[in-house]
Amino acid sequence: MIAELGQFALILAFVVALFQSVAIFAGLRTGDAVVHGFARTGAIAQFVLVLAAFACLTWLFAVSDFTALVVAENSHTDKPMLYKLTGVWGNHEGSMLLWALILTGYTGALAWSAKPVEARLISLTFAVQSLITAAFTAFLLFTSNPFARLWPGPENGQDLNPLLQDPGLASHPPMLYAGYVGFSITFSFALAALIDGRVDARWARIVRPWALAAWTFLTIGIALGASWAYYELGWGGWWAWDPVENASLMPWLAGTAFIHSLRVMEKRDTLKAWTILLALLTFALSMAGAFLVRSGVLTSVHAFAVDPERGVFILAILVALIGGSLLIYGLRAGLLKPTGVFSGISRESTLLVNNLVLAAACGLVFFGTFYPLFITTVSDETITIGAPFYNNTFNPMLGALLVLVPVSGMLAWKRGRLMPVLKDLAPAALAALAGGVAAFWIADRGLVAGALGTGLAIWIALGVLIDLAKRFKLFQIEFRASLARAARLPLGIWGMAVAHFGLAVVVFAITGVSAWKQETSAFLMPGQHLDIRQLTLTLDDVEQVEGANYVAERGYLTARRDQQVVSNLVAERRHYPVRGMATTESAIHARLTGDIYVTIGQPNPERGWPVFVYIYPFAIWLWIGSAILGLGGLLSIADQGRRALGVGRSPVPIRAKPEVAE
Amino acid sequence: MNRVFLFLPLVIFLVMGLYFGLGLRQDPSAIPSQQIDRPLPEFDLPGIADGEPGLSSADLVGQVSLLNVFGSWCPPCAIEHPMLMQISRSGRVPIYGVDWRDRPGDGAAWLARHGNPFARVGDDPQGRLAIDLGITGAPETFVIDQEGRVRFHHVGIVDETVWRDTLLPVIVALEAE
Repeated sequence: MIAELGQFALILAFVVALFQSVAIFAGLRTGDAVVHGFARTGAIAQFVLVLAAFACLTWLFAVSDFTALVVAENSHTDKPMLYKLTGVWGNHEGSMLLWALILTGYTGALAWSAKPVEARLISLTFAVQSLITAAFTAFLLFTSNPFARLWPGPENGQDLNPLLQDPGLASHPPMLYAGYVGFSITFSFALAALIDGRVDARWARIVRPWALAAWTFLTIGIALGASWAYYELGWGGWWAWDPVENASLMPWLAGTAFIHSLRVMEKRDTLKAWTILLALLTFALSMAGAFLVRSGVLTSVHAFAVDPERGVFILAILVALIGGSLLIYGLRAGLLKPTGVFSGISRESTLLVNNLVLAAACGLVFFGTFYPLFITTVSDETITIGAPFYNNTFNPMLGALLVLVPVSGMLAWKRGRLMPVLKDLAPAALAALAGGVAAFWIADRGLVAGALGTGLAIWIALGVLIDLAKRFKLFQIEFRASLARAARLPLGIWGMAVAHFGLAVVVFAITGVSAWKQETSAFLMPGQHLDIRQLTLTLDDVEQVEGANYVAERGYLTARRDQQVVSNLVAERRHYPVRGMATTESAIHARLTGDIYVTIGQPNPERGWPVFVYIYPFAIWLWIGSAILGLGGLLSIADQGRRALGVGRSPVPIRAKPEVAE
Repeated sequence: MNRVFLFLPLVIFLVMGLYFGLGLRQDPSAIPSQQIDRPLPEFDLPGIADGEPGLSSADLVGQVSLLNVFGSWCPPCAIEHPMLMQISRSGRVPIYGVDWRDRPGDGAAWLARHGNPFARVGDDPQGRLAIDLGITGAPETFVIDQEGRVRFHHVGIVDETVWRDTLLPVIVALEAE
């Protein structure tokens, strides 16, 4: 009954979305004003219907209704309630429904927040957005029905992949999807602008909060994914250049370029065709990333649905949406004429460099991800592209770009002067040099990467602080007056400063974790110990424990430095009998200066338990830095949101007149 | 000139779409084995524990058999394992095992924990034989005929369906030869 209700709601959502899209395109052609009101109501209706379908599926999981096929395949009565609920999107059908829910959620949010300005642009955006919703609800209904029945229902379910049974899973895909799907709104806005043949600073101002929201969610989603890998996979890897990770990195890089070029467009009314192209490509990469994984084109540890029929359907959607939008781009982008001019030294030119490097980096990741596939389609050889490739190409490229960050933030728009900025930044440069040399001395490996990373992090962080100090006129005027200036600073500037500072923290953490990590392993019997750095780790005891749906071997360890107990660690190896799988629960002692990370392996009767110990310096700053990055995004959204509502000063938008093609 | 440039993204996309289309047509689990209808490479692997018999290519001559590549580090192998146990108990066909890239002792401990369906197991810690057989990942299963030639190669887990609909018909056909 509940399943049928959910299915019915989903069918209705599909019909509404399809009808709405057609009606708006038709209505705008005839110039009917009723269309705008309908566009808004329809958007909210779609959201409510998909929400109802999602609620039905959640209910089926909550009560363990095994006559529903998805529930029988992916749940189990013994599973804790939290994981029953997160199991809703721990499978292909449910995750697609979540995708549709977030998609309509964004459409609904646009309907709710849109002001009665630019009605034509907004309605066109709804039309494109509804078309996307129609495509994905059709995909759900025709190839991945989450409400399929299984009759008679089995006694019990087949559990959920134990690797995915983790709090990280509860938040990681929804965040990531909120990021991917968020770029659908900017995609729709871009297409609407192309169809309209007009784009200006006002367009940039309306779109920017949506781009920032999607970017913020994607940033947090990627960080959560990395932390899931770090805590759950059992070897402390947080980034492996796995195709699925690359799939989330590519839209992030393109999206980062996009939010910067939007700023140029807003301020200088230029880079129009390029910004629009970035909007289209960011969503294209999001979709490609989210779905190539599921089609079997790329197989990796994450691929939990390899099904050619679905793949063909998804590929058809991708070709229609991406190909269609790029076709419209080719036909219409020529209408978008810039009015601003570029001068060599100005903030917009540094942002152009930012865009070019980010686009190149994105292309590099794209190449690394898809070149192996290309090779297998044209020959019998198989190749893999891994970390060394990226370390030698991607890292230096982004590193060079990051050097520009503080300079860019301090250069003026239009016509900047480089020398005063460099003079202001001299202390940061000196500190970076000193920090790099110190890192080289203290870290007892002759690694240049560690020194470079440290120097870069200090350069960016101090650069941001100097920039802020300049804006407050700190130490130049009275301290009180400086505080007042700080309070008056637009939130957008704060957002930029905070995000760039977060970037510095992330760069530092990545340097620590990758350049200075240490690892060792040994077979230990209870009572024996091993040494790493100045630490001594003793395996005190191992016991068998029974969990809710698993049995585990639990190892108790003590880490000591100079006979002083640093921490007590508990590492587990779990066996999930229903799926016959084993997982590793690593013991992690997190400190601000670094993590002690311990896992135990399969015991050997004569030699004892293999104990793997890793030291990851400054690992915790990865998550803190990512959070600061996200906070920067939120601050900018708050500012842009206020401006979009017309609060505060806003310059008269410069409009480009649509011109007929010669 | 400038206008033509604007179609460049579309052209690049279409070229890539073509490749993905081609990629989709290939079923990743239907990789043609280089070894089909060829005799097995000569090998003589040691046992996985002291005193255990090893596995050589001579052991696989004389009757139709299955050759299964597994490893204690491989989660899908654990999923497949109960099915191998069932085939072994039925006595329909002998199963030989190749313990692929395990650390010393791990394979034996794993079989002690889950049960041993194999008539003989050879230890292949360096993956030498696996390379000769063209293994892409564990688990993989080969059907070997009376003369010790590879006649069928299954990539991935052997479950009830694969056994009943794929492997068993091949075995019956080979036994009739």
